[in-house]
Amino acid sequence: MSGRFPPMDHAKNAAEFTADSERAHWHDRALWFVRQKRDRAAKSVPEWESLREAAETIKMHTMEHLGFYLERFESQARRNGIEVLWAADAEEFRHIVAEILREHGAEKVVKSKSMLTEECGLNPHLESLGIEVTDTDLGERIVQLAGDHPSHIVLPAIHMKKEDVADIFSKYLHTDPDNADPFYLTRAARDHLREKFLDADAAITGINFALAEEGGFVVCTNEGNADLGTALPNLHIACMGLEKIIPSAQDLGIFTRLLARSATGQAITTYTSHFLKPKPGGRLYVIIVDNGRSRLLNTRHNKALSCIRCGACMNTCPVYRRSGGHSYGYVIPGPIGSVLAGAREIERFASLPFACSLCASCDNVCPVRIDLHAQLYRERRAAINVPSYGEKRRLLHLAAWVMQRPKLYGVLMKTVRFVLPLLPRALVYNRFNVWGREREVPEPAKRSFSEIYRERR
Amino acid sequence: MDETGKKVGLFVPCYVNDFYPDAALSTLEVLEAHGFDVEYPENQSCCGQPFLNNGMIDEARPLADRFVGLFADYDYVVAPSSSCIGAAKFRYDGVTTDARYPLLRPKLYELCEFLHDVVGVGNLRFDCSFPRRVGLHNSCHAIRELGLAAPSELNISHYSKIKAVLAKVEGIEIVEPSRDECCGFGGTFSVQEADVSAMMGRDRIADHIANGVDIMAGVDMSCLMHMEGLAKRDGTKMQFVHVAQILAGRVEGNSEIEDQREEF
Repeated sequence: MSGRFPPMDHAKNAAEFTADSERAHWHDRALWFVRQKRDRAAKSVPEWESLREAAETIKMHTMEHLGFYLERFESQARRNGIEVLWAADAEEFRHIVAEILREHGAEKVVKSKSMLTEECGLNPHLESLGIEVTDTDLGERIVQLAGDHPSHIVLPAIHMKKEDVADIFSKYLHTDPDNADPFYLTRAARDHLREKFLDADAAITGINFALAEEGGFVVCTNEGNADLGTALPNLHIACMGLEKIIPSAQDLGIFTRLLARSATGQAITTYTSHFLKPKPGGRLYVIIVDNGRSRLLNTRHNKALSCIRCGACMNTCPVYRRSGGHSYGYVIPGPIGSVLAGAREIERFASLPFACSLCASCDNVCPVRIDLHAQLYRERRAAINVPSYGEKRRLLHLAAWVMQRPKLYGVLMKTVRFVLPLLPRALVYNRFNVWGREREVPEPAKRSFSEIYRERR
Repeated sequence: MDETGKKVGLFVPCYVNDFYPDAALSTLEVLEAHGFDVEYPENQSCCGQPFLNNGMIDEARPLADRFVGLFADYDYVVAPSSSCIGAAKFRYDGVTTDARYPLLRPKLYELCEFLHDVVGVGNLRFDCSFPRRVGLHNSCHAIRELGLAAPSELNISHYSKIKAVLAKVEGIEIVEPSRDECCGFGGTFSVQEADVSAMMGRDRIADHIANGVDIMAGVDMSCLMHMEGLAKRDGTKMQFVHVAQILAGRVEGNSEIEDQREEF
């Protein structure tokens, strides 16, 4: 796997995003608004912090006994008439889905939101086999029509303005390109998607929570598109990463209370749909996908498997809000994306642990209390040894060598304090002075504190 | 206050020593004014944070060892920086080889934390007035690492040790920005992610300006150095001072912006 792609540079991508200051600020404000809604929702629940602790404990417990709960789920689901299949990686997953669709002669598929299918490149694969896949979540449909990728796991098209949507819809849905009224555009999408729902041969959905004890699963959406999609076709394929399992329906309430409040500030998602067995005459498949997840068990990334994909860490991240989801170059952006990408392929994603000011806000909003900033902090030990950071490593090594010799450091700094004010501006603000590109260098004091202290005694 | 006369080791962050000595001198004066026997051990160096934050443990180890060695015997260790104290307090595990570290750890304090928790708000006496509207910069390590104030994300009772201490200065008006958000300094983050960092800093400054503030105070000179650099470049009228400088009465109480470093 590793070495297939060149290393990505988050800072470079982020610079492109911040270059359009007006748009970057609009993006920042839109997501800060969601963060504020989340705060209000979280503070409306007196036991919020206890809920987070309970969710953390349940997830950690489940991950420690993952094999047990997955097998329990499999046997219970089979008893309910659900067919359970396992995919070790993305390729096997794509193959399984394609085979099921082929067996049933399905040519038109409606798909509700699933970051897993995005991670595994399901759409392009099915399309290459001549199958039409329609993403039915509004944001995902916008992104799909634009030939783009989601930039946020809950708000896939958050990087687009309504004018961008008007432009895309006018091309594909023949709407008025000058009408960017959200209501008008949403109606157009609704009419368009209704036809897709009516024509579909099969529905693909994600899974938010798989219930081991009951052998059923829960899909959370705000648009009801998972329900509309699964209502008519006789074939439903539900896909889950293996970490989506929780012990039982008894635990579910803790997560549904946390999920929507953390994600968008709603008390609960508009639709929280429970699936327990195939409908009469229908077929229901659950595909459990590993694709690198089990490798994180019992490692320093262990807790990242607790993620319930609410997106709160993205909304609160001051870097994500100002650099956009695409700057991360990974299917899942933001703090949790940086952790997962780094765990997957550090050589390629070495810049992501550094795309973080270590402000730790993500740790505080995470509904399952993943130690996100601590994980990114630790991940830097691996990232700094990637060849592309050779120069940075050597510079820091030299700085440390000087710092370990306080007398030498003192003489050096005294020289700097003396010389700096005498230097011509062009020399101080040279092209290697990255600090000075946007900022003035601090004015050196005439005397250091250590000098003042010595004289004072 | 039976803590009077206790021996306090003063840790001065490396960049404060050379660029913001007044913040260190103010810290020393405030501690002495409250009856402590303060010593600034020679041969201090960096706490190691830049290397720790870049995953360079081997480079940080001798610096951590030096820190522990220099300060192990004091009753308390105080620094005008939450982020350096945070590094020494939470990031030396598995780094320092000095066995005295577990004993030193609970003795480490950021200045406001020390004044609040050890001296006690009721015992604080600041012999100065500061009749100005001050924008408080809540740095991330102060809020979310040391817990000097309630972070806005958590559903817990509101408190702020920094505000409680600063409010003891006569006439001061403390204003907090609308967002509890990182200023974008982040150590080497400020150069590794220079563009996002600059945008974050400018957004914080704008937030304070919207509050009608022309002086910002905080417990971390590093965040303030970053924002000061941006404000100077942009020609923004804003003064940046360490909280200690206000507590020590070393900042002009009128709104005239003066360079406090002139006297050195």
